[in-house]
Amino acid sequence: MATRGSPMAEKVKAAKKPARNWGIVAEFANPAELVHAAQKCRDAGYKKFETWSPFPVHGMDDAMGLPGSKVPWLSLGGGLTGCTIGLLLQWWTGSQDYPLVIGGKPLFAWEFALPVTFELSVLLASFGTVFGMFALNLLPRPNHPLDRVPMFKRVTDDKFFLSIEVRDPQFDLSRSKAFLEGLGGLHVTVVEE
Amino acid sequence: MATQTHDEIFPPPLVSGNPTFGSVTEAICSIVEKKPTVPWMVFFAVALSGLTLLLGSIAWLIWEGTGIWGLNNPVGWGWAIVNFVFWVGIGHAGTLISAVLFLFRQKWRTAINRFAEAMTIFAVICALVFPGIHVGRIWAAYWMLPLPNQMGMWPNFRSPLLWDVFAVSTYFTVSLLFWYVGLVPDLATLRDRAKNKLAFYAYGFFSLGWRGANRHWQNYERAYLLLAGLATPLVLSVHTIVSFDFAVSVIPGWHTTIFPPYFVAGAIFSGFAMVLTLAIPSRKIFKLEDFITVRHVENMNKIILVTGTMVGYAYAMEFFIAWYSGSPYESFAFVNRAFGPYAWAYWIMVSCNVITPQFFWFKKLRTSMTVAFILSIFVNIGMWFERFVITMSLHRDYLPSSWDYYRPSFFDMSTFIGSFGLFFTLFLLFLKFLPAVAISEVKGVLPQADPHWEGYGHGAHGAEDSAHGHEGKSHG
Repeated sequence: MATRGSPMAEKVKAAKKPARNWGIVAEFANPAELVHAAQKCRDAGYKKFETWSPFPVHGMDDAMGLPGSKVPWLSLGGGLTGCTIGLLLQWWTGSQDYPLVIGGKPLFAWEFALPVTFELSVLLASFGTVFGMFALNLLPRPNHPLDRVPMFKRVTDDKFFLSIEVRDPQFDLSRSKAFLEGLGGLHVTVVEE
Repeated sequence: MATQTHDEIFPPPLVSGNPTFGSVTEAICSIVEKKPTVPWMVFFAVALSGLTLLLGSIAWLIWEGTGIWGLNNPVGWGWAIVNFVFWVGIGHAGTLISAVLFLFRQKWRTAINRFAEAMTIFAVICALVFPGIHVGRIWAAYWMLPLPNQMGMWPNFRSPLLWDVFAVSTYFTVSLLFWYVGLVPDLATLRDRAKNKLAFYAYGFFSLGWRGANRHWQNYERAYLLLAGLATPLVLSVHTIVSFDFAVSVIPGWHTTIFPPYFVAGAIFSGFAMVLTLAIPSRKIFKLEDFITVRHVENMNKIILVTGTMVGYAYAMEFFIAWYSGSPYESFAFVNRAFGPYAWAYWIMVSCNVITPQFFWFKKLRTSMTVAFILSIFVNIGMWFERFVITMSLHRDYLPSSWDYYRPSFFDMSTFIGSFGLFFTLFLLFLKFLPAVAISEVKGVLPQADPHWEGYGHGAHGAEDSAHGHEGKSHG
């Protein structure tokens, strides 16, 4: 099935030789249908499928059978790095590299080092969280096969989609299409890579 | 009374007018997509002239030095620190609304968090201007940071002023990240609706190719929760550390342990007042009454009442401790505040900060937009005077022969007024180019966003039933 896209995408496609399929995508009427369809895909043994929605749908992670997010580990790593840097920075600059007695205070003490250590821990934990989240999501990603499906534009507005990739061992074009249609999927479309 | 109880048990919907997902997108995006209105352009011109005033004042300051300000010998810290603390304080409500209310699952925050976060970031930018320029030799401002230099010297980590550099810059960075993470899905919405190439590429660039995949939402939601958890102690630490600027120095009226909690309460108080000052006109101008409802304003007024009363308690406790400590210097500092040459400022502070919020005990006043707007202006004024009163403790130090009276110069005032120009320039640009309400979050709190919403029937059935339910109205 031919999909229309922007002139630019058309040009890129023409330059490449044979168009391979990326997968199929279907629209679902509402979040309830989407969760239901995701459960069925999971139960049918699909792995490389994805749901797309304008907002996070409650209960979707379980419906898709996703393992937990790894973001907390990156936050923890960032926080511990910040804590270490904060303590070492204040200890080394103040008591090792250039010791300077000011107001008779000790050259280093954990008490006065606390505020800066705390701030650096929070700062690097936030970096770990935000940049880690984007890295885990493989973002930024300017181009995606689904961008060539005109109806998919409304995924950030009010439409709900489910896609299955060709890479999935369970994938079979006609059977998977029929499967999504059976689940109430609308406008089931083949997406070229 | 009966209806009130009913509202408490079955709270009214978070977004009024029974919107659909599409109508939420349309209502918020259309503000950005429409041509700028005449009132917007008028406000923007005024804000830009304020910004010009600020830049001119700063240029003259760099050329001539801090002598152009009204500083004198006992009062070595004048409006620069007053304005710095004022703006940082305002910058507290955004993160508080985004982070603390998020952790407490206060879903009503979704309509105002974007707004308040933007306000936070712009307020902190205004705050950062003042310590940046007050150093006198501005070309040496990088000495505040631990950068290797040819002198082989490092900043003094034993000084609270340096803690402040780390606290405020961390706060700014984390607030910016928090705001940006929240914006990414909404920028993707604007990208997908873009009518021209420039908008498509600009929103496309900043939305990083967000397409709403559930695997992405999963990491995104976890990251948002963690950021909220990180920002909550951060927001409390920032004004605590700002208060250390005063509390760690051995000056009567400053050297008190009540400062950290008292400053944090004051910051929340002033921040919420500024959110109201901005939100009440904006909801009218941009027709956001369905999103920023009376309930939002009422809840914010309740927070103003609580924090204002805490601030009033702190004022009383400062006096009590000054007397109870038996220190003649402490007692003098406080008697001088209330009855000395700056008594006028002290009583402006007390009437605006302690008396004004007490009107919010009455539901009628709490739910009136006009009253809330006027009182929020009083709170803004009062909180500026609080910082002024604290800083002016300097004017009568230990040595009566050096006592003096501080008067702001023209450039003190032009810099302060100009900082409002900077703030409103940024805020108006935000209203024009970015979604003022978090689109994806608002959709997420609509009743039909829940897969178990009664309109969908129990369990997912045929497509027809659900499709009808989707368009139907909430039965709640």
